[in-house]
Amino acid sequence: MSARIVHIAANTFREAVRDRVLYNLIAFALLLSGAAIFIGQISIEIERLVVVNLGLTAVSLFGVVIAIFIGIGLVSKEIEKRTLYTVLSRPVRRWEFIVGKFFGLAGTLVVNTFFMAIGVFAALLYVAHKFASPDAFILVALYFIILEFLILCSLALLFSSFSSPLLAAVFTFSLFIIGSFADDLRGFAAMTHGITRWIATGASYLVPNFSTLNVISAVAHQQAVGGQLILQNTFYALFYTAMALSGAVLIFERRNLK
Amino acid sequence: MAAIEILGLEKTYMVGFWRKRPKRALQPLHLTVEEGEIFGFLGPNGAGKTTTLKMLMGLVFPTAGGARILGREWTDPDVKAQIGFLPEQPYFYDYLTAHELLEYYAQLSGVPGKDRKRRVDEVLARVGLTDIKGVQLRKFSKGMLQRAGIAQAILHDPKLVFFDEPMSGLDPLGRREVRDLMEQLKQEGKTVFFSTHILSDAEALCDRVAIIHRGELRGVGAVEDLTSSVQGKVEVIWQGTQVPAAMKALGADCHVSGDRVRAVIPDTQQDAAIDALRRERLRLIAITPLRTSLEAYFVEKLQHSQTTAGTTA
Repeated sequence: MSARIVHIAANTFREAVRDRVLYNLIAFALLLSGAAIFIGQISIEIERLVVVNLGLTAVSLFGVVIAIFIGIGLVSKEIEKRTLYTVLSRPVRRWEFIVGKFFGLAGTLVVNTFFMAIGVFAALLYVAHKFASPDAFILVALYFIILEFLILCSLALLFSSFSSPLLAAVFTFSLFIIGSFADDLRGFAAMTHGITRWIATGASYLVPNFSTLNVISAVAHQQAVGGQLILQNTFYALFYTAMALSGAVLIFERRNLK
Repeated sequence: MAAIEILGLEKTYMVGFWRKRPKRALQPLHLTVEEGEIFGFLGPNGAGKTTTLKMLMGLVFPTAGGARILGREWTDPDVKAQIGFLPEQPYFYDYLTAHELLEYYAQLSGVPGKDRKRRVDEVLARVGLTDIKGVQLRKFSKGMLQRAGIAQAILHDPKLVFFDEPMSGLDPLGRREVRDLMEQLKQEGKTVFFSTHILSDAEALCDRVAIIHRGELRGVGAVEDLTSSVQGKVEVIWQGTQVPAAMKALGADCHVSGDRVRAVIPDTQQDAAIDALRRERLRLIAITPLRTSLEAYFVEKLQHSQTTAGTTA
């Protein structure tokens, strides 16, 4: 990887840290510790299920909010504030800027998720008093959540490369919602006929399939996640991210910075 | 070798929301800047100076035309390692300190790791920011930000430096320091291309200037040539408050200021004027050919273009 990409990514990470993005961890810690204590007192036998469900869902939602709200400003804020002028007047290719920004935000989310994961395991230990072997699949669920973040970061960057932050937020959030029901959309497509079927099928394959990346419920029920699904989801998320990033680069390469 | 060759660069924007219409920001521009000179790019606000600079930096794409910078295509990203750029009213990552900002830009410019710290410290000292290098830029005044901007432009020891309105936001002392810095850069053999609408700065600094108005090049040349093309008049200054009748007879336009009189006469009357002062036993202080100021040349070019535009319309 080009050294310039690493420097841009590191600076993006530093910006997120200094803008107190990681402060969300405090809210997360409070939420989870409060929930663990509360659940420990009121539930019998299902503490583990509730804590894993709640913990992983919170990890996902906190990350989604960060991915969208930082991602949408990554390019447009730099154009609006004109900080980009002194970057692109150096031997920095435009694609390096986009890719660097992506890795910076992705890195922020990975670090954020890492600390949240510690919180989830700590809460689990608090309510269940010990770890069981199926708990290892929580790591797989966390890995899928990170894959989800990668797709969202790339989509936010794609929309940020040609539209205002507000529109980019609307587009990205809409795709997140639709993508979370991608399996239902495919089911609906299968039930329809004619042109509706074509459109619904096309849309269901075009939007990111976040439902396949969501194994929170299965993991909470201590079900195993197959190796094939891990491989398939990894390939799918990386492919989708690469496509969205390529789109962002193609648009940004042609954009006039007024 | 020319430092910059602008080959018919032009820019037309599409404006309007529903019915887009073309608006030409820059007419085809042809301009050459030689290596080692300080070149002033002059024009009123909205003349097309910043658009030209942005195109040369690759921030805005031209509608047509091209350019060569330091002998290479201006689109070649590697040529940017040899150039520095200070945008107009620069704004930087305000969560960084001045030191961190320059460190980051040094990384992006490819300054080797072993030289980076030394280079950053040198440049901070050169622009007078050493004492506040650990302060976040969000706490900087406009003048301090301008200094940080100049620092980032010269950080990587570029051969060619573009400054867009470098004196903007600076107090008189700061302006003087920037002028000194630009002269130092020239002495170091660097080429300086700067845009300004402050003509006194251009007149004091530039080897050559170009004047642009409404996106069109109106004049280009050495400052000396542009300001020497006058008028066939000389300025005579003598001590006292008395204006001899013989001077008036020569058609002198006289002004008394304090204990001095300043008269402007045709240069053919120069000897007669000296004789008249001698006869009256007045002390001659100076006699100098009257030159057009750059400001006068600038205003003339602008008025000419407005008249032409009016006639055409």
